[in-house]
Amino acid sequence: MLKHEIIEKNIGLMVIGVIFAISFGGLVEIVPLFNLKETTEPVEGLKPYTALQLEGRDVYIKEGCVGCHSQMIRPLRAEVERYGHYSVAGESVYDYPFLWGSKRTGPDLARVGERYSDEWHRAHLYNPRDVVPASIMPAYPHLNENLIDSAVTPKKLEALKTLGVPYTDEDIAGASEAVQGKTEMDALVAYLQNLGTVITQKR
Amino acid sequence: MSDFWSAWVLVLTLGCLAFISFVLFSTWKVQRKKATEETVGHEFDGITEYDNPMPMWWIGLFLGTMIFSAVYLVLYPGIWPGKFDGILGWTSRGELKADQEKHARQYQPLFDQYAAKSIEELQSNPKALSMGKRIFLNNCALCHGSDAGGTFGFPQLNDHDWLWGGSAADIEATVLNGRNGQMPAWGPVLGEKGVRNVASYVRDLSGLTVNASEEDLAAGKAAYATTCAVCHGADASGNKLFGAPNLTDNIWLYGNSQTQVEYTIRKGRNGVMPAWKDILGPQKVHLVSAYVYSLSDKDKATQ
Repeated sequence: MLKHEIIEKNIGLMVIGVIFAISFGGLVEIVPLFNLKETTEPVEGLKPYTALQLEGRDVYIKEGCVGCHSQMIRPLRAEVERYGHYSVAGESVYDYPFLWGSKRTGPDLARVGERYSDEWHRAHLYNPRDVVPASIMPAYPHLNENLIDSAVTPKKLEALKTLGVPYTDEDIAGASEAVQGKTEMDALVAYLQNLGTVITQKR
Repeated sequence: MSDFWSAWVLVLTLGCLAFISFVLFSTWKVQRKKATEETVGHEFDGITEYDNPMPMWWIGLFLGTMIFSAVYLVLYPGIWPGKFDGILGWTSRGELKADQEKHARQYQPLFDQYAAKSIEELQSNPKALSMGKRIFLNNCALCHGSDAGGTFGFPQLNDHDWLWGGSAADIEATVLNGRNGQMPAWGPVLGEKGVRNVASYVRDLSGLTVNASEEDLAAGKAAYATTCAVCHGADASGNKLFGAPNLTDNIWLYGNSQTQVEYTIRKGRNGVMPAWKDILGPQKVHLVSAYVYSLSDKDKATQ
């Protein structure tokens, strides 16, 4: 009994005690990751998203794609067989935030890039049933109508640059022009076609 | 992992284990040995608590988790990354590799056996074809349909008409390396009237009813000869070298209405078949090609 009361009746001490007790897991499992080459350095050949791809990524986030599609191929035979080389941390170092997801109502998209044609993606996003009759994915026809707001694109690149994404001044200066007149469909397809293309699985 | 972070993990993990051991044993030692009617002294909303010893089953479970963690940290990587990775030498990549090798031992002989046979020979092997079908359904059906019937912009494969050739070798080459059928946009060259005339002319070639005068058709024919015949042929029977479709057989990849054909001519088309060599590997490409070949109407295709 003795000293329990000291901690139980002093909320400040209790808070410190709780933080101490739960900090071990994070200190051991999370903190070292911020200081490891494997998790902080890009894989060879990884480039920052182009302005159009970046806008496509934002469309992906806006439309909630991550709610049904993961971007994380685990090192399990069945997944590697179906999707390609397992995902590695160095592929996501320019992602703020990453879109690994945890739900697979639809298939994993980590390596969907260059797997199907642009035309297929356009047809499929416009109405998935047009190409995959049994699909339960929602249709996104409005992507063809909505134009990218080119005025904010350079700001997005600038913001990412402050986080360490190596955009050059030319990248930022040309960002508006690169997305001028592009639809959300153009941007999303450009983003999807780039996914996972840095590491290819040769068998 | 650097020495510092290895040591960091080691010290914190051992420290954590030592700390919870200390908490458990120090409280265990000072508690009562027997059940009692006395309360611990505090009261919250009229609820009090007997000052009983911790139940043995609970202490047993707690000790069990600690023993589990000790055994686990000896067997598996964790306690001292990069310096001591467990006596089992387990890694997730190693497990993947072992699983793939096991799978390969089981199935590789089958793939080797089929890879050694020609696609024509495989036609009489239902097991090979059903393996090809599964590969098709997982990879190709997204565009070409689960029945290989195709859809707007994606060719039908179970008929006799082939853009890039329907022989076994042609099909395998198409799957391995992909294809890119590019029709340029002729709108700026032909003008609106020209587009309409050429559309009428090629639709007429397929025997479709067209709403155009004789002069329009003649103008369309003349424009066809100068702009389209290079790829589609003077007789409009197509050219498998460019994947240029036959325009006389009333089979249309992008629709056969006047509006659709005009759109195709005006804006051009860009049909991409991805390359599957690196994704599936040559042996699976061989099997899926055999399956696609089995679907096609071979007698008519050779005509």
